[in-house]
Amino acid sequence: MLEIKDLHVKVAGKEILKGIDLSINDGEVHAVMGPNGSGKTTLAQVLAGRMTYEVTGGQARFEGKDLLAMKPEDRAREGVFMAFQYPVEIPGVSNAYFLKAAVNAIRKYHGREEIDAMDFVTLVQDKAKLLGLDETFMKRGLNEGFSGGEKKKNEVFQMAVLEPKLCVLDETDSGLDIDALRVVANGINAMRSPKRAMLVVTHYQRLLDYVVPDFVHVLVDGKIVKSGDADLARNLEKHGYGWILEETPRPPQAARA
Amino acid sequence: MRPVTTVAVSVDAKQTYVAEFASSEKELGGPKWLRAVRKKAMERFEALGFPNQKHEHWKYTNLATLLRLPFKPAILGRPDGVVSENLEPFKFGILKTSQLVFVNGRYAPRLSYLRSLPEGVRVTSIAEMLRSEPETLQKHLTQYARFEDDPFVALNTAFFSDGAYVEVPKGTVVGEPIHLLLVSTSRELPIVAHPRNLILMGAGSQATVIETYAGWAPDVTFTNAVTEVAAGPAAVLDHYKIQREAETAFHIATMTIHQDRDSSVSAHSVSLGGSMARNYVHTLFGAPGGSLTLNGLYMTAGTQQADNYTRIDHVAPACTSIELYRGILGGRSRGVFNGNIYVRKDAQKTVARQTNKNLLLSNEAFVDSTPGLEILADDVKCNHSSTIGQLDENAVFYLRSRGIDEEAARNILTYAFAADVINQVKVAPVRIKLDQLVVSRLPRGAGLGETL
Repeated sequence: MLEIKDLHVKVAGKEILKGIDLSINDGEVHAVMGPNGSGKTTLAQVLAGRMTYEVTGGQARFEGKDLLAMKPEDRAREGVFMAFQYPVEIPGVSNAYFLKAAVNAIRKYHGREEIDAMDFVTLVQDKAKLLGLDETFMKRGLNEGFSGGEKKKNEVFQMAVLEPKLCVLDETDSGLDIDALRVVANGINAMRSPKRAMLVVTHYQRLLDYVVPDFVHVLVDGKIVKSGDADLARNLEKHGYGWILEETPRPPQAARA
Repeated sequence: MRPVTTVAVSVDAKQTYVAEFASSEKELGGPKWLRAVRKKAMERFEALGFPNQKHEHWKYTNLATLLRLPFKPAILGRPDGVVSENLEPFKFGILKTSQLVFVNGRYAPRLSYLRSLPEGVRVTSIAEMLRSEPETLQKHLTQYARFEDDPFVALNTAFFSDGAYVEVPKGTVVGEPIHLLLVSTSRELPIVAHPRNLILMGAGSQATVIETYAGWAPDVTFTNAVTEVAAGPAAVLDHYKIQREAETAFHIATMTIHQDRDSSVSAHSVSLGGSMARNYVHTLFGAPGGSLTLNGLYMTAGTQQADNYTRIDHVAPACTSIELYRGILGGRSRGVFNGNIYVRKDAQKTVARQTNKNLLLSNEAFVDSTPGLEILADDVKCNHSSTIGQLDENAVFYLRSRGIDEEAARNILTYAFAADVINQVKVAPVRIKLDQLVVSRLPRGAGLGETL
C-alpha cells in the first residue's frame, strides 16, 4: 500500500529525515517509535502533505501513485488520513459542517453524489457512539474548547467516518489519561481490517499495549535504525532508547570527524 | 462608476453646501424651533468645514472623491423609479416585519406597510410627525446627536427633511421586527440624502429595529444618515444596521444611543457596501444598570473603504458594555476601527470589554485598528484587545488534510471568522441572510452556502 524509499526531508533548511525506507502492506499495523527530535512527526506530516516540509530526495508511493506529488486534499481523497498530534481549533465551523464538507469532498473526487442528510446523521451517530462522544459535540465549533482527550477522540472519530485506507496516527496517545487512551485505542482497533493499513507514530509503548503492531521501527536521527515485532516496543519501554543508540553504528562522516 | 457627464467642478465643497442651504432653507421648513436648530447647525458646519486627514479621527479616511463629486440634494430628486421588486433582495426571507421605505431620505408610502402593532406603538415618518406633532418631536429630535463637533451630523441636522419615527410606549413589547429600508438612488446627477431617524423606547418597552441601507450600481449617491435612540428605564432594544449600498456609493452614518437606567441595547452594524462607508456609533450611559452589546462586521474588497468609529461613555456607575468588531478585508481595500471607551470618575463598577479583530485576505489590504480606554474611576473591570492577521495556515492545512480543497478551506475559515459576530444576531432570518451575504462575497462562495 505504502512504499517509502530513501526519503530525505528538510525542515527550515535542516535535514530531519535522512533516508527512510519503509514498506507497508494492506492490513498491517506499523509503529514508528523514537526519542524526541528523531523525525517521527516529520514523517507523519510529510505523508499528509504539510507544505513547510521540503522533500529533498527519495519517494513515497501510495498504491503505486506518487504520493509526494499530490496536494494534501488529494492525498486525503485517495485514502490517506493523518490524526494530528495537535488538532486545530476552529471556532465558527461546527464539527458537523466540517465533517460533512470532508465526506462530500471525498465522494465528489470519486464521482459519487453528496451524502444524503439522513445517511450522514446515521453514520455520524454510529461512529460517535464508538468513541463515547455525545450529541451536542457535533454542533460545537471544531475542536473549540475541547480537552486534550476530546481532541484526540475527535481525530479518531473523523478517521472512523472518513474510512481511509491508510491511517497515520501522530502521537495520538500523548496527553491522554488511561480511560481516554482505552477509548481511543478501541476506536483504532475497530478500524483494523485486512484492507486498511496503519502507521502509528508514538514516543511511548503505552498505546501499543492496546493497539498491538505487526511491526515496530525505531527512528533515530532521521533514520530507521532497527525494526522488529511488538517485542521490540516492549524492550524499548523497559530499557529506553539508550541501548539502541549504543548499537547503532555511527555514520561514516561522523566517524571521520 | 457612471461617467459623470455634467462635470460641474465644485471648487469648494463646503461653499456648495452653504449655498445650497441658503437657497433651500425656506423649502426645508418645519416648526420654528427646528428652523433655529438648522440655522445653528449650518453655522457650525461652516465653522468646522469638512475634515481633512490631519484630523485625528479622519487620518485614514480619504474624502477627496466624496468632496469632488457635485452631489445634488435629494430634495430636488423624485422618490420614484423604485418599485417593490427592487427591494426584495433586501428583505429577510420569511421574516414578517413592518416595513418603512425611504427613497433618498424621503418616505415612500406606496412601498411601505405596517403590520398590526400593539396599541400606542407608532411607526411613521419624521415628516409626518413634524406636520402633526412637532411639539412631541421637539423633546427628542436633535437632542441626542451632537452636531457641535461633527460636520456630517451638522449637515444632516441642517438638511434633513424626513426619516423614520419609531416610538414604543411604556411597558409595550413589539414582537415583530420593524424594518426601516433606506434606499439611495440617482439617475443623471449624483444625489445626496440626509435621512434622520428617531427611535424612542419607553420604560420597560421592547422592540427589534432593523435599518437596511440599500442602493444599486452604477448610481452615485451619498447617504449622510443620523439615527438617534433614547432607551428609557429597563427598555430592551435589539438594533441592526445593515449597509448594503452599491460599490459606487458613499455612506456616512451616525448613531447616538442614550441609555437610561437598566436599559439593555444590542446594536449590530454590518457594513458590506459602499465605495467609502463610515459608521460612527456613540453610546451614553446616563443612569446606572445599563448594558450594551455593540457588535460590528465589515467586509470589504476591491478598493472599498469601511471605517468604524465607536465611542462609549460610561458616565453612570454599574453599566456594562461588551463590544466586538470584526473586519475582513480583501483586495486593496481599507478599513479603520477606532474605539473609545470613557469611564468617568463616578462610573464605578463599570464593566467594559472591547475587542477588534481583523482578517486580511490580501497583501494589499490595509486596516488601522486603534482601541482605546480612558478610565477615571478605580473600581472597574475593563479591557480591550485588537488583532490584525491572516488566515491560520495550520487551520488551512487541517481542513485540506481531510479532503477539502484549498479554496474551500480558505472560504470556510473566512466565514468562521465572521460567524462570531453573525451568531449573535438574535433574529434567525436576519442571521441566515447575513450568512448568505458573507458567503456570497467569498471567492466562488456559492457552493459553500449549500452545506452551511
